[in-house]
Amino acid sequence: MSSKLTRSNRAGWLFALPGFSLLFLFIIVPFFFAFYLSLTNQRLVSPNPTEFVGLENYSNLLSLAVVTLEPERDEAGEIVRDEDGEIAYPRVRSITRSDDYPQYRGMGEWFRWHWGDDAKVVIASDVLFMKALVNTLAFALFIVPLQGGGALLLALLINQKLRGINAFRTIYFLPVVISIVVISLLWRFIYSGNDGLLNNILEALTFGAFTPIDWLGRTDTALGSIIVMSAWQGMGFHMVIWLAGLQSIPGTLYEAAAIEGASKWQTFRYVTWPGLRNTAVLVLIVITMQSFAVFAQVDVMTNGGPLDATQTLVFQTVERGYGKQDISGGATISVILFLMVLSISAVQGYLTRERR
Amino acid sequence: MATLKLRDVRKSFGSVEVIKGVDLDIEDGEFVVFVGPSGCGKSTLLRMISGLEDITSGTLEIDGQVVNDLPPKARGIAMVFQSYAIFPHMTVRENVAFGLTIAGASKKEKEEKVAEAARVLQMEHLLDRRPSQLSGGQRQRVAIGRAIVRKPKVFLFDEPLSNLDAALRMDMRMEIGRLHAQLDATMVYVTHDQVEAMTLADKIVVLKDGRVMQVGTPMELFHEPANLFVAGFLGAPSMNFLEVEVSGRDAERARVSNSALEAIDVAHKGRIEGPGQAILGIRPQHVSAVAAGRGMLHGQVNMAERLGTETVVDMTLKDGSKFIAAFDEDKVFERGESIDLTFAPERAHLFAPGEVKGAVH
Repeated sequence: MSSKLTRSNRAGWLFALPGFSLLFLFIIVPFFFAFYLSLTNQRLVSPNPTEFVGLENYSNLLSLAVVTLEPERDEAGEIVRDEDGEIAYPRVRSITRSDDYPQYRGMGEWFRWHWGDDAKVVIASDVLFMKALVNTLAFALFIVPLQGGGALLLALLINQKLRGINAFRTIYFLPVVISIVVISLLWRFIYSGNDGLLNNILEALTFGAFTPIDWLGRTDTALGSIIVMSAWQGMGFHMVIWLAGLQSIPGTLYEAAAIEGASKWQTFRYVTWPGLRNTAVLVLIVITMQSFAVFAQVDVMTNGGPLDATQTLVFQTVERGYGKQDISGGATISVILFLMVLSISAVQGYLTRERR
Repeated sequence: MATLKLRDVRKSFGSVEVIKGVDLDIEDGEFVVFVGPSGCGKSTLLRMISGLEDITSGTLEIDGQVVNDLPPKARGIAMVFQSYAIFPHMTVRENVAFGLTIAGASKKEKEEKVAEAARVLQMEHLLDRRPSQLSGGQRQRVAIGRAIVRKPKVFLFDEPLSNLDAALRMDMRMEIGRLHAQLDATMVYVTHDQVEAMTLADKIVVLKDGRVMQVGTPMELFHEPANLFVAGFLGAPSMNFLEVEVSGRDAERARVSNSALEAIDVAHKGRIEGPGQAILGIRPQHVSAVAAGRGMLHGQVNMAERLGTETVVDMTLKDGSKFIAAFDEDKVFERGESIDLTFAPERAHLFAPGEVKGAVH
């Protein structure tokens, strides 16, 4: 049965054609192309013919293993300790480069923990990818509440009838329309270790007790700094979405709550928040999807450093595909990223579905 | 249960005054209806009593306490809105218990009071449903449930039946009347529907342009309207107004006539001074048709509407003015037929000309 969509609707399809063809050319084709590339050993520029390698790219990225290192012992069977009393272990490469363990060949240490006297070492075939994966997940995990919550707060603030409220709306939305590259450059000055604005403010607030930090140059602060700056940048956009949600809640519900004696917090809890349910789902999913694509900030501010502390998946995709000309490796990461975002959004959608 | 006292209550939005000095006393347990055309300020006045709108000047007392500056929750009131304003994400049970939840009541107390309210409103079977699964009448029932569960001193109703269809409106109207009898609570009810006002009220307050036109029982207002506006506003079809000439006057009565009306003596109630112009009001139901030449009003039939139980005749009087007559039986009139009417002069009302007219239909 032909549907109404396909019958006698030539003008409609004609109007849709430019949009469709752009989507097809730049989204759908590249997606399938990336999927195809991820199954080959294609390089960006190479004299060699492309070979089909199956899932080798995926196993190169995702292989993980746990090996146990037993402490080194002397002739008496006593555990050997260094001057600090730390237990000495054999080096990981004694396993990963040994012919006794061909399955671990080429893998490197990702992290380790201690189990009694033994050391358990997680080795990965691609440690850099694993770091990028963890950083990306951490980025998403922190930015969702930070950006979503901050945006809701701003929306509640600007949803009041005050003189000059439009000025605030504009100011809060401004970062969204400024290029992320420009913002990243500006924040690099703010975070600067030498004479950065943030350090100056903190010093002034603590009357000089605060020791300046090179925010982007330390492994423990670099990712956090990027998260805060990214949350700030995108807040205005989600503020507008929250605002639309807030304004769709009928005023009489607030009046009814006021008559029943609800406090401000109770009004928020029983009227505002339930009324924002659908908006919250949208904001949650949009921020999650955006956060998995974090790239420009990292590229401009830290280049993945220091010590890979701010490596992310998209950054790695670009780095590999174009930096190292390993286009199939980059494609593989982007397919993995696609599957991750898809499944996380699906889970979020399921968990936040309307229950009846 | 409570009394309300309004003294010179005023409300301005910017430079526009919408409530222009209202004085009103509402007794304990009374059912008071504010009625008037749209824009008369009746809803604003109710919202001022509720605390949702500030009072610009004057005083509002509930139970002898001035509550001008108290928030809604401190006034001991409950309110039912035209749009129901029940919370869409809560079940009926949670909606009804909302005020108790806010006040931090125990689970047991909530259950008891909700069950009580559900029993009073006969909606026990609805408690676990969501508002989206309810009809308009059921939703309004839930809103009323939420109001009665806290046992407030005063109930406020803001056009609660306006969103319902005609049949349901009648049911709910009777239900609210029954509820008032049962709870014996002070209720203030806003409507633009005079049938609701007439049937429900102990006391009707007719408002126009932010002023009280008349306060009284439904029958006082119907039979003794104080002015042209009240006379024209209550009753359907509305009262006929004839421009008449006053030819003589004693202490009680004035002799009036015009080219369509033969001279009659009508009580003037001090509303007119000497001879001159006046307005005579006659309700459509208070005239009867008589044989030609024997009535005191003469005219021609334009159109007759036969409703079975009554016949409404649209006619033009001899002086060219319109007149509506309603006969409480099924009668046949021809278009263009001459018709003579008679009425008891004591049922006619005399008003001074130039008196507030406005919404006279």
